[in-house]
Amino acid sequence: MTEQRLKTKKSSLQSSKSHSKFKRQLPLHIMMLIPVILVVIYCYGPMLGILIAFQDYVPSTKGFFYSLINGKWIGFDMFRYIFKMPDFVSILWNTFFIATMKIIAKIIFPLIFALLLNEVRKSWFKKSVQTITFLPYFLSWVILGGILLEIFSPRTGIINTIIGYFGFEPKYFFGDPKIFPYMLVLTDLWKDIGFNTIIILAALTSIDPTLYEAAAIDGAGRLKQTLHITLPGISSIIVLIAILGLGNIMNAGFDQIFVLYGPSVYSTGDIIDTYTYRMGINNGQFSLATAVGLFKSVVSFVMLTVSYWIANKYSDYRIF
Amino acid sequence: MKEKSNNDVLMGNSVSRKVFVTINTIFLILVTFITILPIIHIISLSFSSTQAAEGGLVGLLPVQFSLKAYTSILGKTSFYRSLVVSIKRVIIGVPFSLLCTILVAYPLSKDKKSFPARKIYVWFFIITMLFNGGIIPTYIIVKSTGIMNKLWALILPSAVSVFNILILMNFFRELPKELEEAALIDGAGHISILTRIFLPLAKPALATLVLFIFVFHWNSWFDGLMYINKIERIPLQTYLQQILTMPDTRFMTADQLQELGNASRRTSNAAQIIISTIPILIIYPFLQKYYTKGLVLGSVKS
Repeated sequence: MTEQRLKTKKSSLQSSKSHSKFKRQLPLHIMMLIPVILVVIYCYGPMLGILIAFQDYVPSTKGFFYSLINGKWIGFDMFRYIFKMPDFVSILWNTFFIATMKIIAKIIFPLIFALLLNEVRKSWFKKSVQTITFLPYFLSWVILGGILLEIFSPRTGIINTIIGYFGFEPKYFFGDPKIFPYMLVLTDLWKDIGFNTIIILAALTSIDPTLYEAAAIDGAGRLKQTLHITLPGISSIIVLIAILGLGNIMNAGFDQIFVLYGPSVYSTGDIIDTYTYRMGINNGQFSLATAVGLFKSVVSFVMLTVSYWIANKYSDYRIF
Repeated sequence: MKEKSNNDVLMGNSVSRKVFVTINTIFLILVTFITILPIIHIISLSFSSTQAAEGGLVGLLPVQFSLKAYTSILGKTSFYRSLVVSIKRVIIGVPFSLLCTILVAYPLSKDKKSFPARKIYVWFFIITMLFNGGIIPTYIIVKSTGIMNKLWALILPSAVSVFNILILMNFFRELPKELEEAALIDGAGHISILTRIFLPLAKPALATLVLFIFVFHWNSWFDGLMYINKIERIPLQTYLQQILTMPDTRFMTADQLQELGNASRRTSNAAQIIISTIPILIIYPFLQKYYTKGLVLGSVKS
């Protein structure tokens, strides 16, 4: 009796297997419904919006799709126009220059800092240094921008007051196109040094401690140990940081530049993102700004894909 | 005892070592101070009198201690209004983003066999990480979905963060499979597996995400600038951006213009910076703990 019941249950299970499998997966699809809709609208929607780079787009009151369908198609004219603009060469150069300097600075200084911090044996000291240097990382660029503009202010800022004591002329650090890019690198380093140091310190802990013991017994001092064990031991993570930085080379830091710059430093401080914002939102040149943005996206996409590919090949790095 | 001698061999105990340690300590203290000095300066500025601030007398300690900057903020409706907007944003935005993250991370944590569509979904989300429409098309889309000037404009477009999803998904995948199988045999559905097994076990990961999302919402200012153009609805960071970093008077209200000429502006700005930083400072110890852990796990994976 029970055997028979079991048998019928089994067969009914088998017959409805594909059905129940789907039934079992249905809740998973439903769960993702709201997030998927949001992504379709706010991530894929803008991708559709890229089309206006190929149009002479005029926003109309009848909505985005109406304007898009009825817009005048101009093909690649906007891109031809952009590549001829003298501004474009300079914003492209600024973007690469600022981003490259930031990548280099954010590897070298945290590396030195981490190596020196690693020599400290008192854990409370090490921890306090890390905690304090990590703080700016969590503050927004608006807050940090407010602080920086205050302390570097030409008239009232403390830096210029100190410089004044030594008899130097006050400098407008964020208004001088010659120094502005370096100020960007310096202040970006200030924000992120704690974060990058922790990454490198984490990598340092993965080095086999017996290597140091062996080297010490062979008579190698700390300097030699650092040169021959520590540096080779973390070289792969350094390369990884550099490669991933390369993928990000089109992003020279919109937030930071936006809060710190002004018209006087557009010549050296304007990057693709800030230019796009000024042209698009402030001046209403939607098609021009979208085309510039698209150019950036395409280059970024290629750089990101290539750098992830290299990172994956070189050190098994994977994002998913 | 043995450990100590071992240490001696490792570190060396020579004079040169001692010199190095001293110089190194001084150098590290110096760098630490340079990092923190600007923030200390702003704190002292906020507690100093207007005259002292204008005279350039304030260094690292408040001069002519005064709470006037803080009491003057009490009477500032624009600061309050923005503070309330930011608090609202956090109260609605954090749970909403967290919910979106959970709802995606759970299905994606399934293996290929029990959820064949997984791969399609993963690519669907990954693509948004690699490619985006840029600010102008995003602005146009947000505008055409009719959420301009609403709190939703600050919450909906950024609600789904692929980075957060990856964190939670990886955490879910490392939970023991047996638990889920046992629950399945007991006839539990996905919802009860998620709410009764996965979520309680994922508390550390969820705490991390709450912190991430909180910091994100609290620190965001650009979306406020783009999507909110009613002065009374802008969040705190956008408000700060306008008074602190935009000398551009086109966007200022009569209130703000008057303040620009006001001598107490510097101390008042400093006080507003400090107040806006307090929430981050309160959660900072937790933040640091989780960040460090997460980073160590993330970077030394291979």
